[in-house]
Amino acid sequence: MTRMTSQPKLRPNRGYGRWTPFWFLAPAVFTLFIIGIYPTIFAVVTSFRRYNIARPRDGFPFIGLENYISVLTDGTFWASLFLTAKFYITVLPVEIALGLMIALLLHKTGMGFLKSLARVTLVVPLATTYAVVGLIGRLIFNRDFGVANWFLDALGIGGLDWLGSQSGAFAAIVIMDIWQWTPFCALIFLAGLSMVPGEIEEAARLETSSKWALLKHVQLPYLMPGLTALLILRSADVLKLFDMVFVMTRGGPGSATDLVSIYIQRVGFRIFDLGTASAQAILLLVITVLLSRLYIRVLYKEVN
Amino acid sequence: MRLSSGTILHALGLTAVILFTLFPFYWMVSASFKTQADILASPPVWVFTPTLDNYREIFADSKVIGAVGNSLIIATATTALAVLLGAPAAFALARYEFRGKSDLWFWFISNRMTSPIVLALPVYILALQLRMLDTHLVLILIYLTFNLPIVVWICTDQFKSIPPDLEQAARLDGADQFTIFRKIYLPLGAPGIAVSAIFSFIFSWNELLYALVLTRRDVQTAPVVATSFMSGYELPWGKIMATGTVIVLPVTIFALIVSRHMVRGLTMGATK
Repeated sequence: MTRMTSQPKLRPNRGYGRWTPFWFLAPAVFTLFIIGIYPTIFAVVTSFRRYNIARPRDGFPFIGLENYISVLTDGTFWASLFLTAKFYITVLPVEIALGLMIALLLHKTGMGFLKSLARVTLVVPLATTYAVVGLIGRLIFNRDFGVANWFLDALGIGGLDWLGSQSGAFAAIVIMDIWQWTPFCALIFLAGLSMVPGEIEEAARLETSSKWALLKHVQLPYLMPGLTALLILRSADVLKLFDMVFVMTRGGPGSATDLVSIYIQRVGFRIFDLGTASAQAILLLVITVLLSRLYIRVLYKEVN
Repeated sequence: MRLSSGTILHALGLTAVILFTLFPFYWMVSASFKTQADILASPPVWVFTPTLDNYREIFADSKVIGAVGNSLIIATATTALAVLLGAPAAFALARYEFRGKSDLWFWFISNRMTSPIVLALPVYILALQLRMLDTHLVLILIYLTFNLPIVVWICTDQFKSIPPDLEQAARLDGADQFTIFRKIYLPLGAPGIAVSAIFSFIFSWNELLYALVLTRRDVQTAPVVATSFMSGYELPWGKIMATGTVIVLPVTIFALIVSRHMVRGLTMGATK
């Protein structure tokens, strides 16, 4: 109330009590607390326990940091994190390059109908159920009758046992991810390109005929916020990636596609070692929260 | 229009984009109209006599029908709840200044970025203890963790764009905040609410990990059932692809409706 009296001009515009926003927010915040925060706290508690539901006789005793120590010294966990990073580094440059090319094609004048058609079809991969992307991958990359091997044959390269070999399986999930997420990059870049004021772009086109110079000096500054958003969001998405890979390879063969979410799921729901899995999940959460902080600091500051 | 090499390249490029984005989708749909023999043919058959047998089979399969029904119930209920809880919250975020607002934002964004496996583990244990495994309710509630942030974000954006003059006038007539929300913000914000509801539906419909972990038999959703066909030696490919098509078709139509907002929905508005 003190604030209101110190700014008397605002008073007639307000007309609500101090608690009004609370009543509008309370249901949503309360619900998110129950379904989001409470389970997270529960997971933290579980991560300090021995909690294997396949062996209920052991009980669920507190064991301090034992789970965290075993996770941090577990080579497989680190390997899954490195594999996730490798996946990110593999898919992202391709998605950004292809996405930028597509955005430039869509930004170019002319070809009205074909352009709107392409613009609309970009939405299709994004909306396709991730699990179904995995099913399609199983069909396309089948060793015996998959269309991927037919393409390779047509190019004069012999067929591959895609999902049965380590590098083949990794390549297959990379290709499906590129298919699904390149449109996302394209749409973000397209939004950036359309932010360039028309007069400036026209003037630059009169100055130079080099498309590269136009891109570098005029369009690139408008693409940067989108690019930053992509880098951060895609890293969070790759840490989340489960459905498509689970359906296509279940993390195999061997550990060729054992991304971090797949690995934690296996420890929790195949081995039923929920204590260890919770410790892994909490570490994953810490990484994500750091990423979110970065995301907000870098992007929302610019927008607001 | 004169045909220069530039226009031809442009047209070729755009055609390549369309082929690239549609091919896997086309391949699934075409396989759903093929016989098993046509699917297993090597080299692949491009021209074939279409058959509706796969669709006949899945529409006669109570498992598939039940799963699609479950998905519908869960996605609709969670979307309705998200809008019911999220729209008032968005109103508060759009119209009021209060302490802790930025923390609230941070929390919403974090929810968008968190891996479902983080919550799947504790929720599984809690649902086991509460005997809530394999119920619609547990999925309806857990899906709110990603739906609510989406609804709140998109609606806040929409509500902010409503001119405050309207509110001023209503207040002169003695309207309280709740009436203002109901009579001004809800109707004028309807397009944003609809877009957020569609996103919420798409994300819930597409979800696999929670559904896989938290359901057993009765409440399996469509993606869970579709993936469950993927075991054994002789895979029923036609049936799998027909189920995949049935799952993907409704959300694709929804996505086309909100295609202009796709980027906003997926980035939580960081790029305008």
